[in-house]
Amino acid sequence: MIEIRIHGRGGQGNVAAAELLANAAFKDGKFAQAFPSFGAERIGAPVQAFVRIDDKKIRTREEVRQPGYLIVQDQYLIDSVPVLDGLKPDGLVIINAPQCPEDLQLKTTATVETIPATEIALEIVGRPIPNAIMIGAFCAITGLVSLEAVQRAIREKFPGKVGENNVAALERAHEIIRKRKGEPPC
Amino acid sequence: MMETTAEDLNRVEKKNLFASGHRACGGCGQALAARLVADAAGENTIACVATGCLEIFSSPYPDPSWRIPFLHSLFENVSAVASGVEAAYKALKKGPVNIIAQGGDGSTADIGFQSISGMFERGHNVLYVCYDNEAYMNTGVQRSSFTPYGAKTTTTPMGNRTRKKNLPILAADHGIPYVATATVDDYRDLQRKVKTALSILGPKYLHILAPCPLGWGHAGDLTVHICRLAKATGLFPVFEIVNGKVTNVLKIPNKKPVEEYLRLQGRYRHLFQKGEPSGMVAEIQEIANQNIERFNL
Amino acid sequence: MLKYLEGSHAVSQVVAMCRPNVISAYPITPQTHIVEDLARLVGEGQLDAEFINVESEFSAASVVLGAAAAGARAYTTTTSQGLLLMNEVIYCIAGMRLPIVLTCANRAISAPLNIWNDQQDSMTVRDAGWIQLHAEDNQEAADLHIQAFKIAEQTSLPIMVCMDGFILTHAFEPVDIPEQKEVDAFLPSFKPQHIVDPRWPRALGLYADPRFYMEVRYILHRALEKSENVIRQVSADFAQAFGRESGGLIKTYKLEDADLVIVTMGSVAGTVKDLIDELEREGKNVGLLQICSFRPFPKQEVYRALKTKMNIVVLEKSVSLGRGGILASDIRWSFPRGEQKGRIISSYIAGLGGRNISTESLREMVARVEKEPVELAFLGLNQEIIAERDL
Repeated sequence: MIEIRIHGRGGQGNVAAAELLANAAFKDGKFAQAFPSFGAERIGAPVQAFVRIDDKKIRTREEVRQPGYLIVQDQYLIDSVPVLDGLKPDGLVIINAPQCPEDLQLKTTATVETIPATEIALEIVGRPIPNAIMIGAFCAITGLVSLEAVQRAIREKFPGKVGENNVAALERAHEIIRKRKGEPPC
Repeated sequence: MMETTAEDLNRVEKKNLFASGHRACGGCGQALAARLVADAAGENTIACVATGCLEIFSSPYPDPSWRIPFLHSLFENVSAVASGVEAAYKALKKGPVNIIAQGGDGSTADIGFQSISGMFERGHNVLYVCYDNEAYMNTGVQRSSFTPYGAKTTTTPMGNRTRKKNLPILAADHGIPYVATATVDDYRDLQRKVKTALSILGPKYLHILAPCPLGWGHAGDLTVHICRLAKATGLFPVFEIVNGKVTNVLKIPNKKPVEEYLRLQGRYRHLFQKGEPSGMVAEIQEIANQNIERFNL
Repeated sequence: MLKYLEGSHAVSQVVAMCRPNVISAYPITPQTHIVEDLARLVGEGQLDAEFINVESEFSAASVVLGAAAAGARAYTTTTSQGLLLMNEVIYCIAGMRLPIVLTCANRAISAPLNIWNDQQDSMTVRDAGWIQLHAEDNQEAADLHIQAFKIAEQTSLPIMVCMDGFILTHAFEPVDIPEQKEVDAFLPSFKPQHIVDPRWPRALGLYADPRFYMEVRYILHRALEKSENVIRQVSADFAQAFGRESGGLIKTYKLEDADLVIVTMGSVAGTVKDLIDELEREGKNVGLLQICSFRPFPKQEVYRALKTKMNIVVLEKSVSLGRGGILASDIRWSFPRGEQKGRIISSYIAGLGGRNISTESLREMVARVEKEPVELAFLGLNQEIIAERDL
């Protein structure tokens, strides 16, 4: 079973990110579960969302305490929220940040990847909501969910221009990561 | 250049009886209003607060923002609870003390209507402050009886079809000595009204328009501007009612068309399909016109 | 059709297909997405129903009471504080034998205020005369609503479908949403017996003096007991019509060879099943008894399932303050006097106020009850918070 934990602030589309990833996995023929852990509706408050993907029906309802994958939508959370808690030693964390992974100086044995998701979001979507980019990066890095499935999931959830912009942002992130794999480290 | 010392910060900070560091959204009209009300009321005040945005963002365990005594029970009973506090102070011959019951749409006009009516009718010496953000914002923007005609909420996805309940008039018709409306942009007026109310014995009602950027669909830095337009269109009349007589009406020398106000908010976007105003906009203009006539704005 | 959606929306879509005539709505977290989606369906013309945004839960219940009394198929949903506020009307609806269906998005109760999941809320009205069914996952939550309208209208008893708030309501997972014609075939239109209608004048909601009250209550009690057969039958009919098991009175998992049985209700059953499989790989035989119908309490089914089991632990998200586990009490009572000797029934309170129930903490529970009986324990308490109090 694959377990993903998403960290962000209210208003950054964390729950939507979980839903889209899970829906995409479902479209890929997998079983998937997504649920939030948050409180009253409020912009800016720290939010977590969880995703599980498996080849058989997912029955457990506990929160994801030992994720294999972390998606951090707001790098400034790292100072105030223990986002890395429970991350598997050989896991992967993708952070929305313009810096290189090394510059973040995270204390972890897991693989760290970064992508300037907010900047890309502002450019393509017009709002600082990084989730489509983070998902695109996740797809490209892990291959656990197909890009095509996420595109469909986005278009279903956000019809019209909003959906198209998010798909474009998704694709840009995917492209960046794929190109990066061929390039020397920054 | 004078450096700001920790002492300086302490001095400034101590003035706010509703401390910063609470968890409201940026641009929250209610947070601004709550701070203005608390500071105007002063330290000798007990704040009874109903369940809602204010209570949630100001009182999570273990970090409440209140420097004055704070009491929260349920959603529908803040007026009854405040009545109880007032009765205790009377029975124990304690005080005098300011007792301010505070709530939003639901606790004032809907689920709490029974309780507020009882408090007014029995004549308790309590100021009720209503933060009107025109929907149930804390639970995710569902309609209330304060939701204006035409506004979209999650439970009125096609636009609300009922007229805004007129609590200030209903309050006054209970025979209470003081009623006032105010907006968060004019802090002097708001605080003057709080002080006036607290100087009067008996039930008082202060109705404050407190925009919610998230629920109304506008940027957080437009809160003040939106308040000004709410007044300038006639949609939110500002006045006092002293012993049953309407007084101190804020006149509008330059009336603005409601369209200017509506176009700024996402909750009215559906009224402007393809850029053209729908028939509902004219109906909303009619409501504004009726207010203008009724209160001689 | 298999859809990928949020639990709340699975419920709202299925409820809409049951063709309710009147829906009353008062929003309260975490039920809000259900009423919002129903508002949308009505607003868009997909559901032909009177949708009434009331001013409080007390009125929400009162509106469906009036609607059902007038012969409409009526539905509402609430949780926690809302359910408590409706309390008086809940009893009234049952006493008046109105077949209303209500979704309870189980949530903790105040004070202190807490919007997260546990089952204390529905527990507060367990004696009111409503059928209470608990869903394990969103598929079952959806399916139970279809069954509920049928059971309610056949038995003239109101039904509360309980689903864990946030954990199920806000979880996205695949749910098979049936076609309208399948639901229509399964659920005939409502044919009420006693309604207010000038064509057949009847008085509903009379007062009963000491000569009559007791018999009315006895009849209601018997109606609940007898409804067990209907609940079982409708679940079987559902399996026949829709091709999957859901609902019924109880369910079991790896019970036959179990040395230890965990008894529970609702979504945590899923977590327990995963743990049971893990323990099995480690050579331990643990089984699960899941209560689906909490009221009427299926005493005989419980007894039959647990007859040969000598070590039982009841895991529940509720507590009777000053007494202990509520489900645990009912389970302990399921055994005749003579058969209680030597049988251990431990009681664990878990997950209150949305506290995460981890597999790790459940393992600790299993390890402990394997060694000794536990009269009453609260799972995973933070001792630091408790330490300074004189307890």
